[in-house]
Amino acid sequence: MEKNIAYIALFAALVAALGLIPKITLGFGVPITAQGLGIMLCGTILGAKRGALAVLLLLLLVAIGLPLLAGGRGGLGLFFGVTGGFLIGWPVSAYVTGLIVEKWRSGSITLVSFVASIIGGIFVMYLFGIVGMAIVLEKTFFESAALMIAFIPGDIIKAIIAGLLTAAIAKARPASLLSRQVKVTS
Amino acid sequence: MISLTSPIETRAHRWPAGLKLGLLSLVTFGLFFVDSVLFHGVFLVFVTALYALPGRLFFKNGWKHLKILWPFVFIVVAWHLFTDELPLGLTVAFRMISAVGLANLVTMTTRLSDMIDVVHWLTRPLQRLGFNPRILELAIALVIRMTPVLVSKGQSLALAWRARSNRRSGWRIILPFTVLALDDADHVAEALKARGGLTNQERE
Repeated sequence: MEKNIAYIALFAALVAALGLIPKITLGFGVPITAQGLGIMLCGTILGAKRGALAVLLLLLLVAIGLPLLAGGRGGLGLFFGVTGGFLIGWPVSAYVTGLIVEKWRSGSITLVSFVASIIGGIFVMYLFGIVGMAIVLEKTFFESAALMIAFIPGDIIKAIIAGLLTAAIAKARPASLLSRQVKVTS
Repeated sequence: MISLTSPIETRAHRWPAGLKLGLLSLVTFGLFFVDSVLFHGVFLVFVTALYALPGRLFFKNGWKHLKILWPFVFIVVAWHLFTDELPLGLTVAFRMISAVGLANLVTMTTRLSDMIDVVHWLTRPLQRLGFNPRILELAIALVIRMTPVLVSKGQSLALAWRARSNRRSGWRIILPFTVLALDDADHVAEALKARGGLTNQERE
């Protein structure tokens, strides 16, 4: 129990901290916001339930007015803006990512985490995000999707990194990879 | 940690947080049922007036929070100029600014402690299902405490990297950073257990 709470809270803090450390720039000049990567890691490392709870906890703190999102943003306004759908999609995204890593145990952790991040972190997240945009902007689903295409390559890179990082963590701290634990210790 | 509540005391600071949140939900929901560009224009002027009432500094701070909206406003208006539907474009843009502006206004005029009280109240139905609100409060406190700790550890990591390499660390630094967070999580879990844990409150 204590371990679950500590991991959930620390991952919420980790995602927040990833948004506050200086922006990470990839080799060829593409800046990535590490927070999207953090959401993927919540799923791949903590698993479905705890990953989603960590993200929910972070969003709760953002909603009550703490500046925990990238660039020191926070507050209720974010949920009502154009990108609000993405925020609402975050917990679902972490859940789906975690669920895939939990259920698909035969593959290598790198591959599984990568695929899970693509499905949960990109497919599910964009689904929510684009629906949110369509509502706020009064556009059709596909018109809104067109606005987001430019961000997909960066997110695919994030999914690759999420796969590599999860595999590295599986080696460095095998006991911490809660998504692959057989029985959860409390 | 600094919350986004405005230090400039307004009358709205004293209103109950639940009332403000309820009104915000109602008004925002309502905004989506009106299509008249004139209405949304007038409403935006009203929202702007609310920002202006507490004085110039409050207005400036509020303005800063809404800056993230401008790229979207630009895209929306440009798009509708292109499709020759400017009134629709303005309706969407005005409504977007009003909705985000109002929500931000609630954030700016509500103290963190009042918000936490609302969260406590909202989770009351869950308590009947066996949910322990103290665990949520502990988790909130842990995040607030540990975020600055992790940020400062991240900065030390970045410094250590810079001392050893003239290349940028890139994404590689996230690995030791995550490992640090995981170790902290283990320490926090141990510390919680050592202090009696949550077992005397939980039912599992």
